[in-house]
Amino acid sequence: MVDLSVSVAGLAMKNPLVAVSGCFGFGREYDELFDIAILGGICVKGLTLVPREGNPPPRAAETPGGMLNSIGLQNPGIETFLRDELPFLRKKNIAVIANISGGSAEEYGEVARLTGDAVDMLEVNISCPNLNAHGVNFANDPRAAAGVTEAVKKSAKVPVCVKLSPNVTDITAVALACKDAGADALSLINTLVGMRIDTETRRPVLRMNTGGLSGPAVFPVALRCVWQVSAAAGLPVIGMGGVSGGLDAAEMMMAGASAVGIGTVLFQDPAAPERILRELTDWCSRHGEKRVSDLTGSVEAY
Amino acid sequence: MTGEVLSISRLSDGVFDLRVGIALNAPAPGRFVHVAVSGFALRRPVSLCGYKDGIARLVLAVKGRGTAALAEMKPGERIDMLGALGNGFPPPLGKTLLVGGGIGLPPLLYYAGTYPGAHAIAGFRSPEQAVLAEEFPSVEVCFGDDYPHKRIKPGFDRVLACGPRPMLKAVAGVCARLAIPCFVSAEERMACGVGACLVCACAVGGRYRRVCKDGPVFDALDVDWSEFSPAET
Repeated sequence: MVDLSVSVAGLAMKNPLVAVSGCFGFGREYDELFDIAILGGICVKGLTLVPREGNPPPRAAETPGGMLNSIGLQNPGIETFLRDELPFLRKKNIAVIANISGGSAEEYGEVARLTGDAVDMLEVNISCPNLNAHGVNFANDPRAAAGVTEAVKKSAKVPVCVKLSPNVTDITAVALACKDAGADALSLINTLVGMRIDTETRRPVLRMNTGGLSGPAVFPVALRCVWQVSAAAGLPVIGMGGVSGGLDAAEMMMAGASAVGIGTVLFQDPAAPERILRELTDWCSRHGEKRVSDLTGSVEAY
Repeated sequence: MTGEVLSISRLSDGVFDLRVGIALNAPAPGRFVHVAVSGFALRRPVSLCGYKDGIARLVLAVKGRGTAALAEMKPGERIDMLGALGNGFPPPLGKTLLVGGGIGLPPLLYYAGTYPGAHAIAGFRSPEQAVLAEEFPSVEVCFGDDYPHKRIKPGFDRVLACGPRPMLKAVAGVCARLAIPCFVSAEERMACGVGACLVCACAVGGRYRRVCKDGPVFDALDVDWSEFSPAET
C-alpha cells in the first residue's frame, strides 16, 4: 500500500495529481467521462473580476509534441463562478484551487477578496501569455510579481500560490520576489510563448499570431524550472508542464514538486488521471516507497 | 473507447472512407467522434458519416500529417475515439433540404440515410472531387462556381448545411431571405472535444460558444458570420 496523500502549503490532498487551469474548465465536462474526485485537486479555469469573451479563433495549433493555445482567459467572471460553478465542485472530495487574473495588482486583490474562503487555495496567474488586452505580464518583472502577490495576500483568506512563467531570463529571481511578498506556494510552469505559420496562406495559424506552448515538448523545461525554483525559494511547488505519465510525475516530484499538474495530456487521453496515478503507485511499489510525498526533492543532483 | 479498423478505401484524391467496429454512445447525424492519432497531441474531430450495427463510417480528407496518418491505417488496427460528441442536426420538420460542400457531405449522408425523404444539393470544386453524392437517394450535384446556395428554392421547411464557412454563410443568407429555418454544422480547431478547454470557440449569438459542446450544429440565424468577433466589437 502506497500513501499517495500530499500537502501543499497546508492544503491536504489525497493524491498529488491536480488538473491544471485552462484544460479542465470547472470540472463538469470531464466529470461526464470519469469521476473527477479521483484527482487530488483541480485548478479551475482562469477567473477575472468581470467576464471575458477571450480571443478570436483559431485558438489552437498542434506542434511537435504538443500544442499552442491562445484562449485569452475566456471566463464567466469570479462572481458567476462562485454562484454557478463552485457548488458542483464542492460536492466532490477534491481540493479546489481558484486561478485568478487581473489587469492590475488591485484587481487581483479584489478577485481574491470576493473569493474569500470559498476555495481551498488561490493560484495567482501572473503569467498568462495571452493577455494582450491587459498589456502587462507581471511574471516578467520581479517587482511587478511581488506587487501582485502582496495585493492578493492582503485580501486572501486561503493559501496563495503564484503561477510562474518560463518566459523569463531568471525564473528564480521572480520566485524569490514572490516569496518575499508572502507567497505560500508556487506553481510552474505556465506555457512557453510560441508561433506557427500556415505556409499556404503565409498567415499565423493562431488568430492572435502567438500562443502558449504546452504538452510533452515542454516537460524538460518545466522540470528544470521546478528544480531551480524549489531549490532557490524553498516554497512548496506544484509542478506542471507536459506531464503525460506516472514516471513524468515522479520526475516532477523528485525535482522538488509537492504536487503535479496535468493538462494537455487529457486532450489525447481523457483517462490519463487514473493511468498516471496507477503508474506512479506502481513506481512507488517497485521502489519500496511507502509515501509518495517522500519523492519530493529527492533528486540526487550532480 | 477503442475500436477496430474494418476497412479503409480511397474515394478520391485525398479523401478516404474508414469503417470502424466500435460501440459508440448515442451516435446521430451531425454528432462527431474525436479520433486519437498515435504520436499526435491532439485528436481529430470527424463528423459521423454513418453508424449501423456497431460499425461507424468516417469519410475524411487528408488535411495534414494527422489525417495522413489516419489514411494509412490498415484493417485490423486498433483506433481510439471518443463519442459520439456534440449536438447533431435536428430531426426533420416538413420538407427538409440538405446542402453540402465537399467534405461537408458525410454528416448529411448520415442524415439522408436516417431520415428518408430529404432532398440534397451537393457542391464540389470539380467532378474529380465529387464523393458520396451518388449515395443520396435524391440529389442534385453542382461544380465550381455553380454554388449550392444558388440552387436553394422556396418550398422547403428546413435546411441543414455542412461545408466550408463561405458556403455556410451564403446558404444562411439565402435561407434568411427565403425565411427557411437553417441549421449549419460549424468547424473550428479543437482540443479537448468535450467542452472544457474553450479552444473551438465560434461566435454565436454575440458570444463565443463551444463547437464541440454547444455545437457543432447551430441555428444559422444565431451564427455571427462577420469577420469580427465578440472580443473585437
